[in-house]
Amino acid sequence: MKFTFFNLMPWPHLPDDFRETNRSVWVDIDSRLFDPELANTMYHEYMDQLEFAEAVGFDGIGVNEHHQNGYGMMPSPNLIAGGLARRTSKAAICVIGNSIALYNPPIRVAEEMAMLDVISGGRLIAGFPTGTSMDTNFCYGQIPALLRDKYAEAHDLIIRAWTTQEPFAFDGKYNQLRWVNCWPRPLQKPHPPIYVPGGGSIETWDFCVEHDYNYSYLSFGGYKAGKALLDGFWERVAVAGKDDSPYRAAFAQMICVADTDAEAERLYSEHILYFFNRCLHVYPGFAEAPGYRTVKTIKANNLSQMTEEAQKKLQNLTWKDLVERGHVIAGSPETVRDRMIDMITELRIGHVFCLLHNGNQPDWKTRYSTQLFAEKVMPSLRGLWPEWEHDDRWWVHPQPDRVRPEATMAGATRRAEAQA
Amino acid sequence: MTSLSSRKVRTARGAEVRVLEGGAGRDVVFLHDVAGQLDDTTFLERIAEQHHLIAPELPGYGESTGEELLEDMLDFTLHGWDVVAETGADHPILIGHGMGGMIAAEMAAACPAGLSRLVLVAPLGIWLDEHPVPDLFSMLPYEFPRVLFADAELGARLLLSAGEGFGDLDVLKDFYIGNTRRLGTAGKILFPIPDRRLAKRLYRVTTPTTLVWGENDALLPLPYAERWAKLLAHAALEVVPGGGHMVPYENPDAVAAFVGKA
Repeated sequence: MKFTFFNLMPWPHLPDDFRETNRSVWVDIDSRLFDPELANTMYHEYMDQLEFAEAVGFDGIGVNEHHQNGYGMMPSPNLIAGGLARRTSKAAICVIGNSIALYNPPIRVAEEMAMLDVISGGRLIAGFPTGTSMDTNFCYGQIPALLRDKYAEAHDLIIRAWTTQEPFAFDGKYNQLRWVNCWPRPLQKPHPPIYVPGGGSIETWDFCVEHDYNYSYLSFGGYKAGKALLDGFWERVAVAGKDDSPYRAAFAQMICVADTDAEAERLYSEHILYFFNRCLHVYPGFAEAPGYRTVKTIKANNLSQMTEEAQKKLQNLTWKDLVERGHVIAGSPETVRDRMIDMITELRIGHVFCLLHNGNQPDWKTRYSTQLFAEKVMPSLRGLWPEWEHDDRWWVHPQPDRVRPEATMAGATRRAEAQA
Repeated sequence: MTSLSSRKVRTARGAEVRVLEGGAGRDVVFLHDVAGQLDDTTFLERIAEQHHLIAPELPGYGESTGEELLEDMLDFTLHGWDVVAETGADHPILIGHGMGGMIAAEMAAACPAGLSRLVLVAPLGIWLDEHPVPDLFSMLPYEFPRVLFADAELGARLLLSAGEGFGDLDVLKDFYIGNTRRLGTAGKILFPIPDRRLAKRLYRVTTPTTLVWGENDALLPLPYAERWAKLLAHAALEVVPGGGHMVPYENPDAVAAFVGKA
């Protein structure tokens, strides 16, 4: 099993009456709620937590991309990853990822990710999400019905840029480039492991299976709701006749660990509720621009939140609901371990993106929860897939003699010396 | 009352287009708006009383298919001419409403000699920073009637052909699925800003043009009408008192009268 510590970087200062006075945390969020001086502390605290996660033994540290979003303060995950690449040396740096249809031209992604892979000494995991409708359509103006086509072209361009030795011309529908010649090039060969975060469309499953990419299911619905989706993915794996290594799949899960179940509720419930009741307050009109999803997928959806009635009567979720439904795995190390075993085996996943900072959770609680998870939960989950112990197809392959922070720290203060 | 018949034509590009047709006389082609051809066909019937009406549904709307063949403004414009060719319309009067008006104006700019007259009813296609067009793509179904119609209650009745309104989940689902297909297609020329630089091509429209506008159009307020009137050298502006954006449905007689005059 591989565990990646994830921080979504939520804005922790949304007011108590945020839902009553704002229609959305995303897209048209009130910019006056942002305070750059408080954000200075916030970013450094969040980056420190990611570095701390490496120190306590997480296999990876993860960042992602959102725009105009009160719970995701990383329009550029690559900037954060650049900082992490220089201050860490062991953990995989999981950029999950860059919404590749948004980059113009997408060789920008090929170049920046190559830089990250080289600077980190081969520790980059490259995530290529389609991106949410909020990010791609409403914030970045992509035409909904053409987004997936543009994504497919961007993918082909990036992979060719990473794997073709000679400069080449690319005559695409959305990108015409006479000279493609990625420079620098990634350290990992043929390229860093690729993860595709998805929301359950059959096309994404097939895309992952066909290319042997990791399928990462990222949602806040929890593992009980995630089961149906992962089952769908594994069905497609079987149909394609591929092996069923659990490392083909990843799942994001909110986790809170304390000494006892009661202490977990006491310590974390307000922060979890902050996340669900304020950070996830997205205006439903932004959830899915017409054309973003196929009619087939929509037919399977529940539309009850789209009524005027539902908009007037926003339900408050409780800690008990969230824990029972599996949105959050919370409790003593024993409770969390048991729930994690259920989740990992039921979903058949080799990677967990552990959301251990949630909502407006203060730094000390995040460290406490993270450390307890690393020391008292992770060790008992390590060996859950003994038959796949040596399967490293979806993990990083760092260069053994890479530059480490110990050397770069000294580099900042070392004075000039004449070379004999 | 003149009854309308329905037939399918297949364009040279390969789109299957449902066409409503009726009446006799001069050919009049009507291009519908973003919401599509609603079940209420009063306006079309009024036209068919005096002319030979041809009202195609855009691919992605109703029974018309082949929307994947249309990707950018030029595709939509040429598709319009392909449909005219396939229906046999000869130098028609071209009426376009909203999005249909945008396509009609593009068709006229591309080939002004192919039309006898142009009637643009509150066309989309121009953006004014001072009057941002409401974002149809982020609206929930229940919000449409208020923006599209001067009378929201009438609007809700006309947008939904059956059921208890937008609070009824089955009705909502049907509308939502249809809306996804319709606006998914429309988004190729209207998202995120409904302006594909038509303004710089409008100098080519030498066709005599009537601009028709609802006085209380909440989607495209009157400054848009004035802008269009300025950009079109051969246009006369007619404002329908009390009308909203869906004025051909709200006041079919008034709008049909302008077509009659055209």
